[in-house]
Amino acid sequence: MDLNYTAEDLAFRDEVRTYLEANLPQDLQQKVLNHKRLSREDFVRWHKILAKQGWVATGWPAEYGGTGWTATQRHIFEEECARAGTPAILPFGVNMVAPVIMAFGNQTQKDYYLPRILSCEDWWCQGYSEPGSGSDLASLKTRAEREGDHYIVNGQKTWTTLAQHADMIFCLVRTDTGVRKQEGISFLLIDMKTPGITVRPIIMLDEEHEVNEVFFDNVKVPVENLIGEENKGWTYAKYLLGHERTNIAAVGRAKRELQFLKRIAAKHQKNGLPLIDDAVYASKVASLEVELMALEITVLRVISQDSGRPGPEASLLKIKGTEIQQRLTELMVEAVGPYGLPFDPAFLEGETEHSIVGDDDAAPLAPYYFNFRKTSIYGGSNEIQKNIITQMILGL
Amino acid sequence: MDFNLTQEQTQFADALRRWVEKDYGFENRKQIIESAEGISDKAWGGLAELGALALPVPEEQGGFNGSAIDMLVIMQELGRGIVIEPYFATVMGAEFLKKSGKHEDVLEQIAGGEVKLANALGERQSRHDLFDIATTASKTADGFAINGIKTVVLHGAQADKLIVSTRSSGAQRDTNGISLFIVDANAEGISRHDYRTIDGYRAADITFSNVQVSQDALLSTVDGGWELLDAVADYGVTLLCAESIGIMEAITAATLDYLKTRQQFGVPIGKFQVLQHRMAEMFMEMEQARSMATLAAVKIASDDVEERRCTVSAAKARIGQAAKYIGQQAVQLHGGMGVTNELPVAHMFKRLTTIELTLGDTDHHLARFVAQPGFKNAA
Repeated sequence: MDLNYTAEDLAFRDEVRTYLEANLPQDLQQKVLNHKRLSREDFVRWHKILAKQGWVATGWPAEYGGTGWTATQRHIFEEECARAGTPAILPFGVNMVAPVIMAFGNQTQKDYYLPRILSCEDWWCQGYSEPGSGSDLASLKTRAEREGDHYIVNGQKTWTTLAQHADMIFCLVRTDTGVRKQEGISFLLIDMKTPGITVRPIIMLDEEHEVNEVFFDNVKVPVENLIGEENKGWTYAKYLLGHERTNIAAVGRAKRELQFLKRIAAKHQKNGLPLIDDAVYASKVASLEVELMALEITVLRVISQDSGRPGPEASLLKIKGTEIQQRLTELMVEAVGPYGLPFDPAFLEGETEHSIVGDDDAAPLAPYYFNFRKTSIYGGSNEIQKNIITQMILGL
Repeated sequence: MDFNLTQEQTQFADALRRWVEKDYGFENRKQIIESAEGISDKAWGGLAELGALALPVPEEQGGFNGSAIDMLVIMQELGRGIVIEPYFATVMGAEFLKKSGKHEDVLEQIAGGEVKLANALGERQSRHDLFDIATTASKTADGFAINGIKTVVLHGAQADKLIVSTRSSGAQRDTNGISLFIVDANAEGISRHDYRTIDGYRAADITFSNVQVSQDALLSTVDGGWELLDAVADYGVTLLCAESIGIMEAITAATLDYLKTRQQFGVPIGKFQVLQHRMAEMFMEMEQARSMATLAAVKIASDDVEERRCTVSAAKARIGQAAKYIGQQAVQLHGGMGVTNELPVAHMFKRLTTIELTLGDTDHHLARFVAQPGFKNAA
């Protein structure tokens, strides 16, 4: 039993920290640290900076242009990025479709798509959920019918994150209706500029345009955009789920947000004293901090066990991680009290001057709280995660 | 980082587990609870033979100088078997001696299984504040005279020697003015009232009436005992945390087994999603608790006192929360059988409950966590 990083790990951490200090643009950092909304350009800019360093694809093998890092190194990198306040590398290309292309795509697909993902030339989005297929994803109905050397796609995807920015979408489509629902699904890559695709915004409860509906009306997709074999899409989708769960607990960000929470709780007052001196409030913060301490060790235990590819334990990390994230945002709103009310979307989008009362710290917090309700629903709801634990770990 | 146990640690755990299964079964344990002594000489001999008593003792005194992780392994197994022998009390007492660097002969006797210790720290008014001490130690010509009453001393009547916290100066709740002593349990002026506790253990209220001790019995400096008392209490907490992990593993396994075998409506009750999700919650509580017990065992040796206090209190608070949830749910999921005294589940639940009340409960430790200077100093 040894809970210390090795000298090599520590040297690596210093290297990452020094790099981030020198290369993370301050305006991006301030947006992230202050819970503002990031534009397409913000994401792309940071992606390209990291790409220059060769640090975009931390989970890819070196042969495809990945870092080839160990699980511990990836964890350290993610921790340092969270600590510094970098924008996220969006997972849809790098962590979701790329591993599927590597594992099941043909050489032409690998040669074409992977470099474009690394360089951020293609912005990817995910076409999984449908209006009638949420937790029961395999019931999806979007049809792809073969006509010569094309598929004709008809149907609708929904909850498609940042589809308004996307160049490409990877889709689960039904190619056979006469078999068990899992067996008639295929994995298609579709160019978002193809005629027949319509993207309609869904405005979420924080009034942000983050997700969309995507409609397919007789969309012609070349057959060479099929990944692997027809009707094997469900297998590939399940494989992808394992990759979606990297850094799923987001402990690094939660640690940073805890420090933020303590700062605002020291600034706002209750009974003429800093809120953090209030025994009831302090005890809520302490419970949360203890939970986070425990989760950090749980994450490290999982990493040390299986070289970074969590199995069903990922469900535990997802549930606990999202509970902590949500609780953090909840306590932030509680901390600022009435200043949680004023709402200024322009300020959230990056306007430095704002007209409303309250302070810069407080203004984005209520939208942030509302935004984070999604975390226990997306990526397999926390209830679905409990089903996975009962079936895969407990054997019930 | 490495979370694995060494081969020796795994072997030790296996040996203890086999010993519990063979010599400390549920029926055997029941007889010990009902016996006049409340503990078993045979079991104590067994623990000595296995090396469990020598493990915490330094090599110079014939022990194995075990680490906190070694102790974690032992306490988990004793927890799994809900062993009610005075092991926790004796090992915690030994930690006072180790840290004081005195009474090496007693440590030798502990390693050999010849001496049991108890820790007379709590008083009627003190609740979980170990600095709240009314029992006095007054200077005499060649030592001290101790007067006062210590309450709910675990295995106080079964011990050969007592560690006693006293007030040698200052006000009742000062951390300054505390002196710690080791006293022969049969010394003149000591009377012990032995009773059962709800979890099958024994405890005693101990009255000290003008008990004469020599200068040599002092384990701390005069008036300067608080740091030692605080550090050893933290050590005791890490032992209890580890014991809780063993109990929670056993009670969770028993509950899972019950869900797979108990049939209602023609199916095992584990087929019902409402029970499945309860069990998933128990699993998650278990893993979070295990992480904290591990962290506490690693940090107990830290030279950074604030880090030690923080981690230990965080662990006790988090494990207390997990133990309450897991214990209560295990009983609930066992239905009527869970509320009888016939299944180990009930006894495990009771022990988890008493651990919460020992050396500071969840609220006490959360408050202690908040009180550390680092809590408010956001980076």
